[in-house]
Amino acid sequence: MDLYPLWLSLRVAAASTAIALVVGLGTAYILTNRNFRGKDVLDALVTLPLALPPTVLGFYLLVLIGRSSPIGIVWESLFGGPLVFTVKAAIIAAVLHATPLLIKSARAAFESVDHTYERAARTLGASEWRLFWHVTLPLTQRQIVAAAALGFARSLGDFGITLMVAGNIPGKTQTLALAIYSAVERGDSTQAAFLAVIISVIALAAVFVMTRFGSRFDSRREAAS
Amino acid sequence: MLEARIQKRFGARQDASAFTLDVDLEMTSGGNVLFGPSGSGKTLTLDCIAGFVRPEEGRILLLDEILFDSKAGVHLTPQRRHCGYVFQNYALFPHMTVKENLEFATGVPKTLENRRKVNEMIDRFRLTDVAGLHPHEVSGGQKQRCSIARALIGEPRILLLDEPSQGLDATLRNELYAVLRQVRAEFKTPILLVTHDLEESFELGDELFVMHHGRVVQHGAPKDVLSRPVTAEVAELLGHKNVLAAEILGLDPGRNSSRLRIDDFEMAGPYLPGQLIGDRITVFARAQELRAWPQTLRIVKGAVSKTRTGDERLGPNQIPAVLERVVPLPNSIRLEFAGGLTVTQNALPESAGRDWVVEFPPESIRAIGGK
Repeated sequence: MDLYPLWLSLRVAAASTAIALVVGLGTAYILTNRNFRGKDVLDALVTLPLALPPTVLGFYLLVLIGRSSPIGIVWESLFGGPLVFTVKAAIIAAVLHATPLLIKSARAAFESVDHTYERAARTLGASEWRLFWHVTLPLTQRQIVAAAALGFARSLGDFGITLMVAGNIPGKTQTLALAIYSAVERGDSTQAAFLAVIISVIALAAVFVMTRFGSRFDSRREAAS
Repeated sequence: MLEARIQKRFGARQDASAFTLDVDLEMTSGGNVLFGPSGSGKTLTLDCIAGFVRPEEGRILLLDEILFDSKAGVHLTPQRRHCGYVFQNYALFPHMTVKENLEFATGVPKTLENRRKVNEMIDRFRLTDVAGLHPHEVSGGQKQRCSIARALIGEPRILLLDEPSQGLDATLRNELYAVLRQVRAEFKTPILLVTHDLEESFELGDELFVMHHGRVVQHGAPKDVLSRPVTAEVAELLGHKNVLAAEILGLDPGRNSSRLRIDDFEMAGPYLPGQLIGDRITVFARAQELRAWPQTLRIVKGAVSKTRTGDERLGPNQIPAVLERVVPLPNSIRLEFAGGLTVTQNALPESAGRDWVVEFPPESIRAIGGK
């Protein structure tokens, strides 16, 4: 039984969840707390990946980071090899798959924070940075954990975007989802079933974490006070 | 100390009619109260001062620093305004202990000086026993003290309080007043408190600003405002019941008296400076300054008949009135008569009928808008 796809998928999902968290929390915070021109456009843009087919996203990504694109050329001159069809490309694909959903949940979390806490922090002289780290984030930590779990599950499950930009190279870029597809194609239903069960168990765990932590962090405390 | 001239307009929305805030106020004393009914723009004014809301026009000056100036394009962030703000629900951070809440307010470097400040505040506001507990684990009074201590720890230039006694029971309310008196005595920080409670205004204010429909309609020492409301509207806001139309029949500055016709009765009143004979004015008399007693009953041939029409039996400044309702209050009784007259007194005479006599002592009659 080849366990490489499992190992690869876990690494890719972990890395992309970490990146998606940073990008997603930042974007969500800006969308919640700032008013600027083009906010609606940014909002639409970060939601778009949820509406587009993964192959279209993969295609755009290929145009953006492919070997003949400016980014691809700079990458290749710096690191001596192409970015596409590597594990890194698989991570980028998973980030693109996971971030929009993470932004949605993080934004809902930030919007659920009672504004008087933020106002209080500001009158107490706290910088916006300190306000984010010491007030908003701790007050939403449960929902953020839930959002991260959801992001992890999404990253793990990406198929289309990964196939387009990272390919399906066994032992190199073949993630769990792709390995299942290949196993079915070559008629190896034992392998397919095994991998499917594994991915289901991990996803189930993530969803469990999500529902467990999805409620507001301080709802019980607020009820008690 | 604080000068604010601010304007802000809100268009009508589905859930709210149009509203214009047009405030002009200047505070010089240490204890200021912004008093007004719900929706008069009190909290909005406070939020403009604190920097949460940007007015469209105007200028806010606090201790000679410009916080906001529409013409110069100045709009300082709340962080740079140095206004302590006590929120209605205290807004204590639920994930921090009482002590951590105070530490948050002292800023980032945990210097020896900051630690000393936190400990001093914990001491002064009697929070020693609960310093390590979270807000949900401490009593309402402790939360209250913690939020005031937190607002004061950064040595703000002014302490703003948004309806701090809203929803508190009498005990907590008195506790709050005691703490605020302590703040007045121990800290130099001037206070601006928003309330719709008249008693609270008197408890805490040296200077009372009455707000109505987005404007400051009157200001002054609380007892002056109470005894000399500038309009019938203010008189009503201040809880005055007996607001009446009157015509001036005579004025005698030498004897400090006047003759007035109120509701078809001639009455003697105090001299009303700045008014002329024939002027139609509005007067009011405070419910506790009026006197009332039942009209005497007379037995005529076995039947009970009242001396209703015997107006010659009425003395000067006395009018007949029909009692409609008796409302027992904690320390007095309120008598409500037909036509809106209200009198409060200590006790209700036994065997009282519906027909009463109400007397207006001359000094109880005050002109609204008078000088």
